Amino acid sequence: MTAISLPERRAGPIVGRLASPGALLAAAGLFWIALQYLRDQAGLAGLLASIYGLVGLDDAAAALLEHGLDPVQGKLILAALAIAIGIGGVWLLFVGMNGVVDLLGTRFRERIRPYVFIGPAIVMLSIYLVFPAAATIFASLTDGGGIAENYGRAFDDPEFWIAIRNNVLWIVLGTGGSVGIGLLVAALTDRIKREALAKTFIFLPLAISMVGAAVIWRFMYAWQPPGETQIGLVNAAWTGLGNEAVPFVQTPALNTFALIVIMIWLQTGFAMVILSAALKGVSGEVLEAARMDGANEFQLFFKVVVPMISGTLLTVATTISIAILKVFDIVYVMTGGKFETEVIANRMFTEMFVFRDFGQASALAVILFVAVIPIMALNIRNLRRQGIGA
Amino acid sequence: MSVEAPALEAARVRTLRRPGFAGRTGVRVAVIAIAAIWSLPTVGLLVSSFRSNAAVRSSGWWEAIVHPFETAQWTVNNYISVLSADGLAASFVNSLVVTIPSVVIPITMAAFAAYAFAWMRFRGRAVLFAIVVGLLVVPLQMSLVPILRLYLAVDLTGTFLGTWLAHTGFGLPLATYLLYNYISQLPGDLFESAAIDGASHFQVFRRIVVPLSVPALASFAIFQFLWIWNDLLIALVYLGTNAEVAVLPARLNELVGTKGEAWHLLTAGAFVTMVVPLTVFLLLQRYFVRGIVTGSVKG
Repeated sequence: MTAISLPERRAGPIVGRLASPGALLAAAGLFWIALQYLRDQAGLAGLLASIYGLVGLDDAAAALLEHGLDPVQGKLILAALAIAIGIGGVWLLFVGMNGVVDLLGTRFRERIRPYVFIGPAIVMLSIYLVFPAAATIFASLTDGGGIAENYGRAFDDPEFWIAIRNNVLWIVLGTGGSVGIGLLVAALTDRIKREALAKTFIFLPLAISMVGAAVIWRFMYAWQPPGETQIGLVNAAWTGLGNEAVPFVQTPALNTFALIVIMIWLQTGFAMVILSAALKGVSGEVLEAARMDGANEFQLFFKVVVPMISGTLLTVATTISIAILKVFDIVYVMTGGKFETEVIANRMFTEMFVFRDFGQASALAVILFVAVIPIMALNIRNLRRQGIGA
Repeated sequence: MSVEAPALEAARVRTLRRPGFAGRTGVRVAVIAIAAIWSLPTVGLLVSSFRSNAAVRSSGWWEAIVHPFETAQWTVNNYISVLSADGLAASFVNSLVVTIPSVVIPITMAAFAAYAFAWMRFRGRAVLFAIVVGLLVVPLQMSLVPILRLYLAVDLTGTFLGTWLAHTGFGLPLATYLLYNYISQLPGDLFESAAIDGASHFQVFRRIVVPLSVPALASFAIFQFLWIWNDLLIALVYLGTNAEVAVLPARLNELVGTKGEAWHLLTAGAFVTMVVPLTVFLLLQRYFVRGIVTGSVKG
């Protein structure tokens, strides 16, 4: 790929040239307003009052300051303002910076412009990912009692080992379940009409939040004492078969599996869509040839089709594994990590937010990071082999 | 609502739908069974959200499907209650305020950066791009504590601005990477002829690159939208549960804590949080599927 070089832009009329720095100033101004006034509704009422004051509506301004905003009205104005400032701000930023570069001498202009284009992204990535990652590693080694306490206490804590055990269960069963069922559905729907409709039903949970899914499944697993009507579907079916109702979420030997089912329910659609596309790429001639040689449908699928889509299978499995490794919401909402359902990401949240032990939380974040690296390396190597990726 | 390209239809029929395949009925039954199992949890939620507290407590939601004409059980009061008394209407607006800029800002920044990485020559391009891609590996948990400390220091916790910026930072690596893959494949001749006509990089970007990249921008926008609308972790850490700013997932989580057994309210509340993503998803499913499949399947 070659970079294109563009001719020098001729300087426009002086008003046009000054418009852009003006936009930059406006962006800065909007940012400042956002910072000062959008914290709460009192701030917003103050802002509106000063605007009223400026245009001469002194009575309205005084009333507003005294009584504050009507909650609904205030909320909607706040929403509209916030959205306008958020979106307008970023556009003005680019227009303004580009305009400032236009004011520079022709020699520097085109050398600096690329940095204007990548600048905001690089700055944001530095502030939000590069420096924090370094700071987290540093904090895990030095905060509180230092490396020995932060990592040592983690390793001494029985909850930590429960979390590790559960994360392994989540990755193995969650990934295996999602990919396995996804592959099954992809293969089955490949053979019927109206497959798009069938797939939509399985795909739909992908749009549901993990908090929403947790509520849905708490209701599915709902448990009533024996003798009362079971209103949860799972226990109703279970007792319908003549068994005693089970409090799935509170029972340590079962609950982690019950939570993993939720993840499988959410992620299967993702695996299905990708694998379905891969299946359609398998050439018909190969299948016909295998059939001629007398392969039955199962042999055909596992000995011919699956090896042909193994690259895609690995991509899907690694992507889902990484998502599962970081699972937090489901555990947080369903059990809060109680009843032996703890996982690393929830443990970290608890240390950070409940105990305010930032050193310990940092150590757990680093452990999570270290666990992600081999999976990601596998993923990148696989993408390279398939000829895509960076 | 087709999920696949029609061009593949012929190949599909040729390859796998073998004439006279004995198990075809079996396959159809299996698919319908799986689709039904996958839908049951959501159907149960939706049905229960329209039933009165007494009805939900006394019988399973499937009874309501069997006896839909026992009209005494149906009600919309659950929705009225969660929207007003439990504050989900306010949280709904908060979710919009958080989500819309958090989708637009990173996509704008990523599109400019992707264009520069693909079509401009500058020192450090390869290294910077490698860093951006490398950051895909870093779980956002690595950033939680330092950014929380920073926000506490500059008083950005509990603000929409702080939340937009956090979502922007965390969404940028994937956005830049995906948009780069798309924008770098655009035909360069187009830009060169625009350049001959005297267009600047900025004009090329705005007039040619952005309109041509709409499919990629749309699929990433849907991703980012679903991710932010549904996010709980960042919402809890940086925005908090104060009613003035709390977004839907945070508010729903509070409801689970305070009204854990009030299923008629919890189901209605959950459905309120789900209605926008489900609508977006059903309407724009094709873009979403294309976005998922590109970059995951060879070719």
